[in-house]
Amino acid sequence: MIVRISGEGQYRLADSDAQRLNELENGVVAIVEGGAEDGFGNAFGALLDYVRAHGTVLGDDELETSDVIIPPADISFEEASREFTGEGLIPD
Amino acid sequence: MAGLTGRMSTVVKAKVSKLLDRAEDPAETLDYSYQKQVEQLQNVKKGIADVVTAKKRLQMQESTLQQSVVKLDTQARQALSAGQEDLARAALERKNVAQTELQGLDTQVAELEDQQQKLTDSEQKLRAKIEAFRTKKEVIKAQYSAAEAQVRISEAATGVGEQMADVGLAMQRAVDKTENMKARADAVSELEAAGTFEDITQLGGGEDDIDRQLKQLSSQPAVDSELEKMKSELGQPAAAPQIAASADAGEAPPAAPEEAQPSESGGQA
Repeated sequence: MIVRISGEGQYRLADSDAQRLNELENGVVAIVEGGAEDGFGNAFGALLDYVRAHGTVLGDDELETSDVIIPPADISFEEASREFTGEGLIPD
Repeated sequence: MAGLTGRMSTVVKAKVSKLLDRAEDPAETLDYSYQKQVEQLQNVKKGIADVVTAKKRLQMQESTLQQSVVKLDTQARQALSAGQEDLARAALERKNVAQTELQGLDTQVAELEDQQQKLTDSEQKLRAKIEAFRTKKEVIKAQYSAAEAQVRISEAATGVGEQMADVGLAMQRAVDKTENMKARADAVSELEAAGTFEDITQLGGGEDDIDRQLKQLSSQPAVDSELEKMKSELGQPAAAPQIAASADAGEAPPAAPEEAQPSESGGQA
């Protein structure tokens, strides 16, 4: 599984990491949807750290398409709120 | 596929895909897609140059404001020595506004610095990927049948396209940020153009419109405490209502500073 951290680069992770990644991501989205910034930095940081720790960086000469793209590490709570709450870009 | 189903990554992926869709269909244009990539790399470079320009502009304003802060501080001291407390207070109000602006600019310059670094890194990565694409394209063309090569090269082009799209998003964020900063920089420029941070001694006795606005902009408690500090440094009694300031312009209200100042000062900007 190829994961891109936007603005940073691509990582190759084992398919078995998907479940944990999903949990971490849902944790971030839950905080954003809750509307209170508390814990956002930690939760999002944990997601990024997981990718960085469990993935290997793709070489610059590897031309792969990502299965997953995570927002840039410096995304603010406000930016995240605009993008991932309410209808978001993709209403579900 | 083992992708995430979460909303966050879906949203970001959708954004990138949208940017990719807008690009040329790589299957149609094998060699052209490389040419296109090189062109877009130039745009990225131009985008970085824009960020650098915005940063330089803010840095120039910073240095102007720093000079103003020093000058206004000196003038406040001089005014106080001459017993002109009103003038000293006016100078300190302006200094306070200038300092607040300066802090804002500091943060923004640091942010732009950060953006610039990230964009430069991304640009290098993109350049490496484009170079890898060029090599790969030639190898694939030599090794596979035309139809097979078409498929493989277009896959590789999508990989480059994603990197391109990612740089594009980063660029867009940087542009948004510089737009916000431009608004602030323009506001500072307006204050400068209005002579706000100029020579305080040119102020007459009366309070003009700028002064009233500045009073609202500056933090009065900060001005009060700095005035007191300055007084004690000059060996003047603190907060004494009427000292030998008779040479003053006159209409100084007898009220002690504490009771004259409403404690809240924020709100309007």
